Amino acid sequence: MTAGTERKNWSGMLFVLPFLSAYLVILIYPLLRGMMLSFQRVDLFGGGRFIGFDNYARLFEDETFLRSILATFALALMIVPILTIAALGLALALNRATRGAAFFRGVFFSSSVLSVTIVTLIWRFVLAPDAGLLGETAQALGAEPIPFLSHPTWSLWALAITTIWWSIGLPMMLFLAGLQQIPGDVYEAAALDRASRWTTLRRVTLPALKRTVVLVIMLQTAAQLQIFGQAQLLTGGGPGGATRTMVLFIFESAFARWELGYATAAAEVLFLLIVLLTLTQYVTTMRDSEGKNGR
Amino acid sequence: MPLPSLELTDIRKAFGATPVLDGVSLTMEGREFIAFLGPSGSGKSTLLRIIAGLETLDQGEVRLDGERIDTLAPGDRGVAMVFQHYALYPHMTVRENMAFGLKNARVAKDEIERRVAEAARVLEIEEHLDKKPGQMSGGQRQRVAIGRAIVKEPKLFLLDEPLSNLDAALRMRTRIELAQLRNRVDAAFIMVTHDQAEAMTLADRIVVMNDRKIQQVGPPMEIYSRPANTFVARFVGSPAMTLLPATLVDGAGAYASVRLGDGTLVETRVPRAGLPPGGALQLGLRPESVKATPDGGTSAKVDLVERLGDRTLIYAHLQNGQAVTGEGPGASAVQVGDTVSLRIDGAAAHLFDAEGNGHHAEDASA
Repeated sequence: MTAGTERKNWSGMLFVLPFLSAYLVILIYPLLRGMMLSFQRVDLFGGGRFIGFDNYARLFEDETFLRSILATFALALMIVPILTIAALGLALALNRATRGAAFFRGVFFSSSVLSVTIVTLIWRFVLAPDAGLLGETAQALGAEPIPFLSHPTWSLWALAITTIWWSIGLPMMLFLAGLQQIPGDVYEAAALDRASRWTTLRRVTLPALKRTVVLVIMLQTAAQLQIFGQAQLLTGGGPGGATRTMVLFIFESAFARWELGYATAAAEVLFLLIVLLTLTQYVTTMRDSEGKNGR
Repeated sequence: MPLPSLELTDIRKAFGATPVLDGVSLTMEGREFIAFLGPSGSGKSTLLRIIAGLETLDQGEVRLDGERIDTLAPGDRGVAMVFQHYALYPHMTVRENMAFGLKNARVAKDEIERRVAEAARVLEIEEHLDKKPGQMSGGQRQRVAIGRAIVKEPKLFLLDEPLSNLDAALRMRTRIELAQLRNRVDAAFIMVTHDQAEAMTLADRIVVMNDRKIQQVGPPMEIYSRPANTFVARFVGSPAMTLLPATLVDGAGAYASVRLGDGTLVETRVPRAGLPPGGALQLGLRPESVKATPDGGTSAKVDLVERLGDRTLIYAHLQNGQAVTGEGPGASAVQVGDTVSLRIDGAAAHLFDAEGNGHHAEDASA
């Protein structure tokens, strides 16, 4: 009996082996290798030398790095709340079985399909103060165009707007999926209970979407803390490093200054920040509702 | 006669090109309990949802206590509904579930508390008031759903298959409780069901629906003993009524005699006068009017035997192959394959004309 069970286990292992080996080679190994690199002084072309926590010590005295943390968090704070609320609003508006709703679901999702290069190109045309759509409009109205790409704060907003426009598709789809999980008869009960639209949203829909909201916020926080392409292509980290995000800093350290160990240490700091933040979000939002779900 | 509570006038409804209700009219008398009984797709649930305001109607009127309500929002109609799958709000406690509608209607706080406490006491769910629906059993959720309807003190309760999600024992208990509830509150009840036992035991009158139309309206025993047509005859009663092709035998008597396909003559108590002349008929026989006897009846071969303890159901076929359902005493020794004699009680037999309309014995209450 035992031998049979064991044989069964091993044949089961065979089925997961392809995934497991890929997972080990392209995820776990680089993760560990990255951690090791972060303790070394190493450039792109040579062997490394173990230096303990020196890279980390240097990071926390590096004003450029510390400013990049601030810029990254500022961006995440600008993007995630607006993105979540906008995606929820779109999902609520488009959660119906009409042709128009299906069309607009496609329209709002379509931006997610574009590459970051195209997205930044489009938004450069919109945001550029001298020749962009917004600049021209402002001038036509006789107003001073907003210096979206050259002012420290406005350039952060330029990145935020671009990112929100680009990433709204997925959270909208997640919210739509969540909305379709809510049984219709609960809404009928609410209609018989004289609930207004607002009350129904607040007391029926939003509580049912709580898990989706948490998921969207966690996914988007993790994603937006790694914001890179937009910053590099739209503002190049400028003006004066105001939009240099953490990943842009890592990229520059590794591939412009060739300090691979230093860049990896910064990457580990980002990794830890993301893990801590998403875990905290999960624990604080899910603690009070545990075991009380179901119909 | 009490005032009519609910009046439905010529209700018509189609989903796209598919008609689901085809000119349904009905008047409820006072605070009576009505059951809509019918198979799936008969339109009974749609009719209930039209009364509740969850479905629009294409044509017709709904009035409650004289006031036209089909133009009002569901919450303003003075009706409360118990949903088949309860439809409780999963994120609210039982107390909040019951109070939700009252809060929205801006009922005073202490009045809400009074009504919720009273309903919880009646339904014996006081100790569960602070639980959420997910922490409760199906039967308890059902009580909460009923409680949520009671606290609104509606003029009309709408119950959509209220017992179909409960197991057999709980269904019996809840059925009795529904009957008790009905005696306690001053309101009319409409229950949708496909279970004839529920309809027979709970309702003052049964509305049998099929094929987008009302087939018959009447008290349970009238539905059972004077079915308006072959559909009602076959749908109500378990096992279903046997229908046998029969021909009217010429004669002078007041009552019709018919001859079955195997030559058996059945003398019914159905007045000959009302029957269409010369047409083909069907003889309707409840199992209890076809008894197995030692001798002297119609001969039939047994296909299936069901022993119910107090009686034995015998599914058999006549010599000409027509299926008939009869019964014998609980201790009957009849076996599958046996040939038995069946005595047909002509006094309890029904006749149906070519259109399927029922003709019954003058005093067919037995």
